[in-house]
Amino acid sequence: MNVSLFVPCFVDQLYPHAALAAAQVIEGLGHTVTVPESQTCCGQPAFNSGYWDEARPVAAQMLQAFAGADVVVGVGGSCSAMAKRFMPELFQGTPQEEEAKALAGKTWEFSEFLVRKLGVEDVGARFEGKVTFHDGCHGLRELGLKEPPRALLRHVRGLELVEMKEAETCCGFGGAFSVKFAAISTAMAEVKCESILETLGEGVSCIVSNDLSCLMQITGWLEKNGKPVRGMHLAEVLASR
Amino acid sequence: MTGIVKLFRRDVRGTTADTPRRTFIRRALSGYFAKRYPLQDAYADWQAARTTAAAIKFDAVNRLDTHLETFARQAEARGTKVFFASTGAQARDYVLALCREQGVRSIVKAKTMTGEEIHLNEALEKEGYGVVESDLGEYIVQLRKEHPYHFVFPCMHLKRGEIRATFEKALGDVGSDEPENLTMVARRVLRQEFLKADLGISGANFLVAETGQISITENEGNARLTCALPRIHVALVGIEKVVPRFEDLALFLPMLGTAGAGQALTGYNTLYAGPRQPGETDGPEEFHVILLDNHRTRLLADPEQRDALHCIRCGACLNVCPIFKNIGGHAYGTTYQGPIGSVITPHLRGLQDWKHLSGASSLCGACTETCPVKIDLHHHLLQNRRNAVREKGVWWERLLFQGFGLYASHAALWRFGSRLAVPGLKLHSRFSGAWFDPVRLWTKTRTLPRPPERTFRQLWAERQKQKSPRA
Repeated sequence: MNVSLFVPCFVDQLYPHAALAAAQVIEGLGHTVTVPESQTCCGQPAFNSGYWDEARPVAAQMLQAFAGADVVVGVGGSCSAMAKRFMPELFQGTPQEEEAKALAGKTWEFSEFLVRKLGVEDVGARFEGKVTFHDGCHGLRELGLKEPPRALLRHVRGLELVEMKEAETCCGFGGAFSVKFAAISTAMAEVKCESILETLGEGVSCIVSNDLSCLMQITGWLEKNGKPVRGMHLAEVLASR
Repeated sequence: MTGIVKLFRRDVRGTTADTPRRTFIRRALSGYFAKRYPLQDAYADWQAARTTAAAIKFDAVNRLDTHLETFARQAEARGTKVFFASTGAQARDYVLALCREQGVRSIVKAKTMTGEEIHLNEALEKEGYGVVESDLGEYIVQLRKEHPYHFVFPCMHLKRGEIRATFEKALGDVGSDEPENLTMVARRVLRQEFLKADLGISGANFLVAETGQISITENEGNARLTCALPRIHVALVGIEKVVPRFEDLALFLPMLGTAGAGQALTGYNTLYAGPRQPGETDGPEEFHVILLDNHRTRLLADPEQRDALHCIRCGACLNVCPIFKNIGGHAYGTTYQGPIGSVITPHLRGLQDWKHLSGASSLCGACTETCPVKIDLHHHLLQNRRNAVREKGVWWERLLFQGFGLYASHAALWRFGSRLAVPGLKLHSRFSGAWFDPVRLWTKTRTLPRPPERTFRQLWAERQKQKSPRA
């Protein structure tokens, strides 16, 4: 299969190794990975802020970048949800409606692609230690991905998944919300992180998620409060040998 | 920024900094969750129950006119007086006129959020009528001159000691702060009020169109006394509370108990079908039902968000909402708090004044997931944001997104820009968190990731080069 990798803009610039790991895992399963050069941003910041007219040219760039792709795999639940769930709505009643629907139909979030499209749960990874998993809200609720990341983690040799109490609770990132309502966002991060810190007592040394925007919020709060915990994207765990 | 937004931001700064109260609220709700989910799981198929409930409410709301006419006809046939109030003012005037005509001297009230919504107590008190709230939680917040914190659990934010102090201030020495004792104290006071009252005011949880009955759900029995003892009973009910058939209650009553309070069925579920009928020995001489619009028809006119009228006011969306749990109910400044309040208040009270509540959300979707009648709550918040911008955007935000749009829709420009990302991030890390840091709103409470040596694009290009050196 020829997989076109959708690398969200902030992943490109802040978390390059997560995207590289995702490519490695997919290649490791015998598929080809290409990275369309002309991809930029999915338009979610403007879209979520209500500026749909301003979001459209950005999203259109993404439609164009992936027009020729067979399968699109996104590194991150939130931006994948933008392509899969929201773009048809954004372009509803415009000439690009069909293109948006086509992109939505062929886009998969990374863990969703492995488990639901390829039917693979064991990618041959080895990672020694206990980890806890954070469900990003977009992956969890827009895309219904409670199970795929966990199925993949269960098959990693040496890894033990310790569930935190507030696994499904929002970390408080929410894009522009995190700065527009920083006080609320930070309070939410605190609740989330307290739940993560509880798992440290059980030997957890790493927080894993399939959404890097959440990890940015979570590890950012933990570090600021002097309790740094390592954050890893699911792909980085799966690429470990 | 309007005054309402300033007030919201000020309150939020206070409540999010109050860690003990936030912890207390989370703990208070843990009992609800412990009871709710096992009950929900005991349904043969909770998801199917939700789908059915949503379908019934869809019919109710999409044929609202027919159902309300049926309700009125059936209710009037048993002597109930039905009044359609377009606005809160009309509803208040109706109650005030009734009080004057009937020489009302004393009023008890069961819990009704529609009463809160139209500021009925204030209107009655201004005209010299005393009103006593008979729901324990409402009574407590009334004594404190507060508004309900949560539209199902009005005083959930208060600790026992605070409730005792409230009672002591109003009623004198009350003894211990054991819940049983405090309840008995309120009971002694309220029993006298029930006996004295000549008008009882209530809301309703459901209007049954087919039979012309109103259905009231409660746990204390106070609503039954409010509706049965005084000479006159007035029920103030939002028009969206209608269900077509009597048998619909077989689904909605347990669903309301389960989702709302973690109870298989709420303690008392009572149907009121009119005033005292010939040959009956009790019940009010007069029974009035005020059907309140108060801009609900604005929601009805919006096909995208009409399902918000499915709401049965169970409060489940508040209980799961991380925003509610961290900012608390009072910060909203609305009658209806939490996700449902953030969705409907812009429709009921004006989009530009209340759009900030739709902005103050991470759109996590926990509300939509939990809603028993499947209201698409968090997507409605997104639609409110879009509608607010369409109507009147913020100039600098629009400029920012237009500029970003230009940049991001030109791949070459983007490629050039992304080469500056790493040096830019490195530069930023030298003054991160300083007073002139442009992303200080982030860095004040969180660090940013350490800048990588290369962007993914650069790493990928190098990797491709190594793979096929001649390319």
